[in-house]
Amino acid sequence: MSVLVYTESDNGTFKKVALEVASYGKAVADQLGTTLTAVTINAKDTSILGNHGVDKVLNVTNSKLETFNANAYAEVIKQAAEKEGTKVIIVSSSADSKYLAPLLAVGLNAGYASNVVEAPSSTSPFTVKRTAFTNKAFNITSIDTDVKLIGLSKNAFGLKEHSASATVEDFSPSIPDNGVHVDAVDKVTGKVTIADAEIVVSGGRGLKGPENWGMLEELAQVLGAATACSKPVSDLGWRPHSEHVGQTGKPVASNLYIAIGISGAIQHLAGINASKVKVVINTDPEAPFFKAADYGVVGDAFEVVPKLTEKLKAFKAQQ
Amino acid sequence: MKILVCISHVPDTTSKINFTEGDTKFDSNGVQFVINPNDEFGLTRAMWFKEKQGANVTVANVGGPETEPTLRKALAIGADAAIRVNTAANDGFQVANELAQVVNDGGYDLVIAGRESIDYNGGMVPGMLAALTNANFVANCIGLEIDGTNANAVREIDGGKETVSTTLPLVIAGQKGLVEESDLRIPNMRGIMMARQKPLTVLEPKGAAEETSSVKFEKPVPKGAVTLVSPDNLDELVNLLHNEAKVI
Repeated sequence: MSVLVYTESDNGTFKKVALEVASYGKAVADQLGTTLTAVTINAKDTSILGNHGVDKVLNVTNSKLETFNANAYAEVIKQAAEKEGTKVIIVSSSADSKYLAPLLAVGLNAGYASNVVEAPSSTSPFTVKRTAFTNKAFNITSIDTDVKLIGLSKNAFGLKEHSASATVEDFSPSIPDNGVHVDAVDKVTGKVTIADAEIVVSGGRGLKGPENWGMLEELAQVLGAATACSKPVSDLGWRPHSEHVGQTGKPVASNLYIAIGISGAIQHLAGINASKVKVVINTDPEAPFFKAADYGVVGDAFEVVPKLTEKLKAFKAQQ
Repeated sequence: MKILVCISHVPDTTSKINFTEGDTKFDSNGVQFVINPNDEFGLTRAMWFKEKQGANVTVANVGGPETEPTLRKALAIGADAAIRVNTAANDGFQVANELAQVVNDGGYDLVIAGRESIDYNGGMVPGMLAALTNANFVANCIGLEIDGTNANAVREIDGGKETVSTTLPLVIAGQKGLVEESDLRIPNMRGIMMARQKPLTVLEPKGAAEETSSVKFEKPVPKGAVTLVSPDNLDELVNLLHNEAKVI
């Protein structure tokens, strides 16, 4: 009957979203008066899960699961849910979890609500709040099936600490043959990804050319931020497509989003407005982004950005 | 090769989002509806398969009669036939079930859907459809080649991309990258005229039950006005981000 969370890891280390789903799972388990179980796949050290409310870890280690495969991973979680007799399963909104969740939902006959931002407002009926209309509204949704699947939005519920330790049990589910084979993975290493970043520094056409991205990268480096760009910038080939954020690009839900030389077209805002705090730097005080931002600087990016980088360097040195 | 492209009929991005009937229904008054952008990338890729590999392309939508102009637009862009399943579905599971019936009856080799619709953002129909029809599934698909019954796809992952190989029958959840924005087609007059002659079949739903239901909608709390900081006083910005916003 316990609540089950899938706590995903990257090279054996838990992602931040894994600890977010654990924190959220603990809140749901408390509401239902039950315990929290986490299923992990090829994680190296599971001790941190207890600190976020997990009572029991089902630890899966299998070389067949070294590269992510949605079908196989969904099957592992399904078997964990069946073993535990789970009625509520929670996954994150990472690209991998969003890939496997619909497969898992069908496998378990579970109603699935994605992009959930808060703990259930009621557990009978089981009612959650999720984002809709690309963050322009919320939809209160009830999940009416016996087994329920929740996809938790990134950076929405936060991390909650609990001082407890989890029992660990080795779990060996059967792994199905895969119909989709990964031939090659091309992943940037040593750089903060937009998906994982707490802070994102993003540039638009106002930067005038790809040769001017150096100052933006320097600012990102000082902040430990990921770099991103607007659609015109990726369409012009100034920056790779993988950096394009917005409605048709990558979604951003960071703590801080700094937009430099981006006017703030509605398609851009749709992709980034899940970020908590937005700063805009733009020469044009009429730029629509100022209406969406928390803090704004009306000024020339070529002067403001290097100065801001210096100020932040000094600030970081003091910390 | 028979391709089914799933078309969601969604409010244009620039639409004002309002609700009626005690915040339980989307207010479509004055709203311009379009082909879901993620689906449009997929439709355009399907046109490539049609022109280069002789594929037959059908588009499908689950919705009421008001969605037909969106299907006609897809026909004008070049799809051969359209199917509308005549029901206003309540959740993604219901849509996936109705589409599964279409796929099973039509014997499609490849189903192209978008990674999510820009209205409800559920992101679940393609994966559920794959599971319900026992097809292989590639999400966040940004490249696709088909050779016989073999498929090679490129998939966007957090922090990069991966190349995968699989076989038909296949469902993909596509997005920008499948084709470029500049490849998208605007229907021309000849396409629009031809679309009128193309079959648009209306099917009655098989009546799958929903698993989730919408209780009501809420709008976000209006945001306060922006705090402007002078470019000559950036210490203040650092101070605000640290002490007020607490994000650095």
